[in-house]
Amino acid sequence: MNKIIIEPSKGWKVVDVGELWRYKDLLYFLTVRGIKARYAQSVLGVGWAIIQPLFTTLVFTVVFGGLAKVDSDGMPYILFSYLALWPWNYFSGTLSESANSLVANAGMITKVYFPRLILPLAAIFSKLLDFIISFIVLLGLLIYFKVMPGWNLAFLPLLLVQLLMASLGIGMILSAMAVQYRDVKYALTFLVQLLLYLAPVVYSTTAVPEHWQFVYSLNPMVGVIEGIRAMFLDRPMPWEWIWPGAIVAVTVFVFGLFYFRRMEKVFADVA
Amino acid sequence: MSNTIIKVENLSKRYRIGLQEKKADTFAQQLWNNFKAPIENFKRIKSLGKFEDESESIHWALKDVSFEVKQGEVLGIIGKNGAGKSTLLKILSKITEPTSGRIELNGRVAALLEVGTGFHPELTGRENIYMNGTILGMTKKEIDRKLDEIIDFSGVEKYVDTPVKFYSSGMRVRLGFSVAAHLEPEILIIDEVLAVGDYEFQQKCLGKMEDVSQKDGRTVLFVSHNMSAVKKLCTNALILKNGLLNENGITNHVVKKYLNEYRKTTREIIFSDAYMNDFIQPLKLFLESEEDIITVNDPFNICFEFVNICSDSMINLSLVISTQDDIVVFNSISNSVLLSEGKAKFKCQVPSNLLNNQIYTLRLLVVKDLRTPLLDISEVMNFEIVDGQRNIDWFGEWLGIIRPNLEWKIFN
Repeated sequence: MNKIIIEPSKGWKVVDVGELWRYKDLLYFLTVRGIKARYAQSVLGVGWAIIQPLFTTLVFTVVFGGLAKVDSDGMPYILFSYLALWPWNYFSGTLSESANSLVANAGMITKVYFPRLILPLAAIFSKLLDFIISFIVLLGLLIYFKVMPGWNLAFLPLLLVQLLMASLGIGMILSAMAVQYRDVKYALTFLVQLLLYLAPVVYSTTAVPEHWQFVYSLNPMVGVIEGIRAMFLDRPMPWEWIWPGAIVAVTVFVFGLFYFRRMEKVFADVA
Repeated sequence: MSNTIIKVENLSKRYRIGLQEKKADTFAQQLWNNFKAPIENFKRIKSLGKFEDESESIHWALKDVSFEVKQGEVLGIIGKNGAGKSTLLKILSKITEPTSGRIELNGRVAALLEVGTGFHPELTGRENIYMNGTILGMTKKEIDRKLDEIIDFSGVEKYVDTPVKFYSSGMRVRLGFSVAAHLEPEILIIDEVLAVGDYEFQQKCLGKMEDVSQKDGRTVLFVSHNMSAVKKLCTNALILKNGLLNENGITNHVVKKYLNEYRKTTREIIFSDAYMNDFIQPLKLFLESEEDIITVNDPFNICFEFVNICSDSMINLSLVISTQDDIVVFNSISNSVLLSEGKAKFKCQVPSNLLNNQIYTLRLLVVKDLRTPLLDISEVMNFEIVDGQRNIDWFGEWLGIIRPNLEWKIFN
């Protein structure tokens, strides 16, 4: 029989991976619940996962590509912005979803014990469906513009890991903070907007002044977007844009794990 | 079977209760306060989880509680609202951490502090069984294996593929309890969830719980206000009082002590100013009868005096009389009348030969415009009706929650 000791905890703790693994079925069902609940009683259902990014792309193409004539590195603006919006939408979506995950499930937190980390994790996984669906749209665009991705595509998993780490890392920090400070919810709306313009979504990195480039590349999304553009358009990988952001993503992820664990014990008391 | 499965040592938990906000005297002061509010809020919210100083905003929900539970024991935890019962369960189930002290648990714990946690209205009953089951710590495989049994026990077979939002609240509870009843932990913790649901289903749940503890030798902790359920199910019981362990021992002994000490019978309650609100100031609740003791054969009046502060609203009184086992005997509701400001008195006449000889609990509600309760005190008074003159020579215990004098016709 296994023995459980309950005592007041102190300081920083490492994530209990074994426990997370025991609750993997809960993670699965929460992820499915997230997906089903999002598109329940809607006519188009997952169709919205196609319409939303496509519509944003069209607006950006008209406003920034057409009216403001933003330089798109010599590629069709619609493809240029969709390649950025594909990871960006996932990033911003998971950010708000995971930041709200603990507050939205306060009822569960105060009534049952389970590893709290499951909640932001499920929020992030349930957004993966949208991510995959909008990838299919991307394939359509590539075929339409007769663009052939290069061998660089082999690096895609690496960039996706960076994307996941960045969103999960920030998601964990924000969700833990949001339990105590509801301000996070309000701040997040405009933070996401701000971040959009701090990443090369509507413009190209060539527009960034040279002495700001390093600071700029600390944003993990800069490397992800630039890398994805390069691999799908068969250009050399822009490592100089990627590595600073990758380091930041890993740091934020590790810090997030510890911060979340540290805050975890007060969740049920302040939620 | 006599090995210790739960060992609680000097368990304490403190909470911070919100400090009263500073009131502004002038408009300028108010403006300045609003301006300063973010800083004050930050300090206050930040301190929700911290305790540097022993200030007045600290509340000990549990203090130095120690006890042991043996395997196979069913322990009832009783106490008034706010005595620390729920806090104890939350610590035992790892939902919240203790401030100090230590607990040793020799086995898997499943806690049932709510029925149907994690239910999502848009998901079907079947999907919610999986959702709820995994939250409670079951694996998908375990649920697969027991699915038919769970659906069968809940009695909602026909609607199991319908979204739960179309369920009645009763159906939701049945489904939730059914999942919980099929957990197989070594230690099961249950918080008054039986208070909901219809009578038939309650009996079914109680039966299931008896099975769990007797046949499978599992340990159960059971929090309840329902003394008859505690007496029926529990081998041992403990009383919590203001966060302290007050009594711990054999159920019958503990329940008796609780009833004697906490449910003192009275005939008169004088209300303190604490009960006053913007609408009424309750003064006095008392039983009016000719003799000092009320027997089964005596009529009596339940009187409530208060000062009406609000004008232009219709006020009515509602009295709920229950037995010690929380079975409602009746609910009597007065007419709703327009009261002028000032003192008012409501009198409810209870006829003779209605109540049996036992202790009854009174709940008092004052309702405005037939909608808004201005006052709702659930255990405002316990009063005793004593046995009166019987017209037969038999002195056994007279059964029943009421004792009407019915007419008999005998044919021979």
